[in-house]
Amino acid sequence: MKKSQLSSKIFRSFRKPLIAISLVSVAILNSTSSAQEPVRIAFMDPLSGTFASIGNTGLKLLEFAADYYYNSKGGILGGRMIEILPLDNKQSPTETQLQFRRAISEEIQIIFQGNSSAVASTLSQTISRHNRRNPDQEVLQINYSAVDPILTEDNCSFWHFRFDAHANMKLDILTDYIALNPDISRMYIIGQDYSFGQVVSDTTIKLLNEKRPDIEIVGNEFHPIGQVKDFTPYVTKIVSSGADAVVTGNFGADMVSLARSIIDSGLDIPIYTFYAAYDGITATLGESGKNKIRLIHNGVANPLPTEARKQLNRDFKIANPNYDITQPRIVNALQMVVTAMEETQSTDPYDIAIALEDMRFTTIGGEEIWMRGEDHQIFQKLSISVHTDEGVEFDADNSGYGLVTEYQVPLEETIVESSCQMRRPRR
Amino acid sequence: MLEVLIFATLNGLVTGFLLFMLASGLTLIFSMMGVLNFAHASFYMLGAYFAYSLSLYFGFWTGLIFAPLIVGALGALVERYGLRKVHASGHVAELVFTFGLAFLIEESIQFFWGRDTKNYQTPDLLDFPLFTLFGQEFSAYRGFMMAISIGIFIALYYVLTKSRVGIIIQAAITHPQTVSNLGHNVPLIFMGVFGVGTALAGLAGVIAGPVLTTFPGMATVLGSIVFVIVIIGGLGSLAGAFIASLLIGLLQSYAIASDVGMPDLLNLLGISFDRSHPLNDLWTMNLPQIAPVLPYLLLVLVLIFRPTGLLGKREE
Repeated sequence: MKKSQLSSKIFRSFRKPLIAISLVSVAILNSTSSAQEPVRIAFMDPLSGTFASIGNTGLKLLEFAADYYYNSKGGILGGRMIEILPLDNKQSPTETQLQFRRAISEEIQIIFQGNSSAVASTLSQTISRHNRRNPDQEVLQINYSAVDPILTEDNCSFWHFRFDAHANMKLDILTDYIALNPDISRMYIIGQDYSFGQVVSDTTIKLLNEKRPDIEIVGNEFHPIGQVKDFTPYVTKIVSSGADAVVTGNFGADMVSLARSIIDSGLDIPIYTFYAAYDGITATLGESGKNKIRLIHNGVANPLPTEARKQLNRDFKIANPNYDITQPRIVNALQMVVTAMEETQSTDPYDIAIALEDMRFTTIGGEEIWMRGEDHQIFQKLSISVHTDEGVEFDADNSGYGLVTEYQVPLEETIVESSCQMRRPRR
Repeated sequence: MLEVLIFATLNGLVTGFLLFMLASGLTLIFSMMGVLNFAHASFYMLGAYFAYSLSLYFGFWTGLIFAPLIVGALGALVERYGLRKVHASGHVAELVFTFGLAFLIEESIQFFWGRDTKNYQTPDLLDFPLFTLFGQEFSAYRGFMMAISIGIFIALYYVLTKSRVGIIIQAAITHPQTVSNLGHNVPLIFMGVFGVGTALAGLAGVIAGPVLTTFPGMATVLGSIVFVIVIIGGLGSLAGAFIASLLIGLLQSYAIASDVGMPDLLNLLGISFDRSHPLNDLWTMNLPQIAPVLPYLLLVLVLIFRPTGLLGKREE
């Protein structure tokens, strides 16, 4: 009784402002609809929880790039602004389904997503099903970071485009690089226990066996993702195995903890990684990780290739002093999608997809990248960079430390076969 | 093999002692007020973040002393102005209150400190290997962690069993009415215990932050395991919490260090399956992989065979 009285009282006291707010919002809505309708793009990644920092850094870059290249210059398609809608999927496949529903109800037709291949697979399947049933309201998936090969191989989809090199491509280059190092004879592989971690392990073993049969795999360990408090017990095994190099696909806190435990144990061996930089990782590794941690990634790190690319870094830093450009491929993806829209003068996902197929695009880094039509996989330069503080023009985490590229492979040499049998929608 | 065994034991002890610092506060709070404090691990995280910020300006040692005090004061305030009010509405309300508090703290931390990993480092003074065994270093900082945790255990044990305050606290656990009638301020004791309990969690955060990394997920990683310890040890039993902490620390460490698994068992039985078997995941499972599940398995077993926990007493 008391409670209901109270709540109705609260409602009454809020009713006037509520009406005012709704009137204002109606006014705002009217004013925007009189201008040109914006092109809306969803960004669906973890924005809260354990892996939130990666998602937020990506979101910052996408929002910045949209304003920097398009909105500040009068928009695209003759005056339409790009509007980014952040959707927090908490890196969970279940939450992704819910957020996808929300994207649909907001009439979103392009979704950027990158973190976790498990989420990317769910989204890809959901989108394929949705598009089959709703041919008039199709959705395009722009995958800028999920690297499980299967997404552009057996499970490839017409509606999915990947703007990052997949794990096998990266591992091919990484194992080439490892094979060049004659000091390595005993390799230890450790990774998170899920699809990507397993791909890293299987492929590394297979490729090293081909390229350097003399390298012995002395450990192949999986640990639960985001659950390990202390990596020291794992490091004890690495030490006792006598390994002289480590390969890991870990990311986020799992990456920092692992690297620090290895270094703290006094083990002075190279650690080959995919994601050991930025989002606090570089700052935390600092001096102790210098010249020990190496990353395989697309594009190039220091020295940045072009003035335009350097300027982007500087301007981004002014706008977001506490963030770095960690995934320049987000910019590539946005620019290619916009190019496809401008070419076709359309925002229809089917038109964009057709235009993206076999598009060759010159990035702000000055290199030409290629979106293969048969499986929707991007091909570009791949690099291996080292964590150091020497020759670092653009550092990470404002720490003075950053990545310097040691080894580069041109686009042509990164091309791999695909088993993709794409089902194309009939038009 | 010997080196693995020695280091697994050391690692297990470090983790175990750390867990005990969290579990001791939690179990004390529970035995006094009957509240399962879901926000306990969040106070642990707060400790790490406060100490990180303090260490930026005043160095690690200032953080070590003041961060737990701040967290303890916060805890006491939460008890005085939050929990005590909610207490009137019963245990469920208290439970929900602490549950909400956990989210609130996590979100506030992300709001003020951001979501990325914080560069919280061990002090230079302890940045050397304590000893090197079979080529592996045991850092001085880990030794320091162990020393602090053991010190806390001894101090806590002494205060609770030997000092006057401890005797009053013990009495207040079982007979709050009588203690109150004897002229002691029971609500003040509650506030004090909550404050000290959260300060211990804060201290655990301060010393764990540099090695287990300081990031917004650190409470989640440790939160559930602390409850497991408190339940296995017996709700309200400090000695039980101590045994359970070491047990779980060592159990996980040994499981990770071991290299046995289903394939070995199957070999022993002379059975083999090929990789295409539908239950391949099951047949290739090994102990390190299921190490994180073991504490929960132990929890279930304890609840089935000894519902009061190892040293718990349940009032009829």
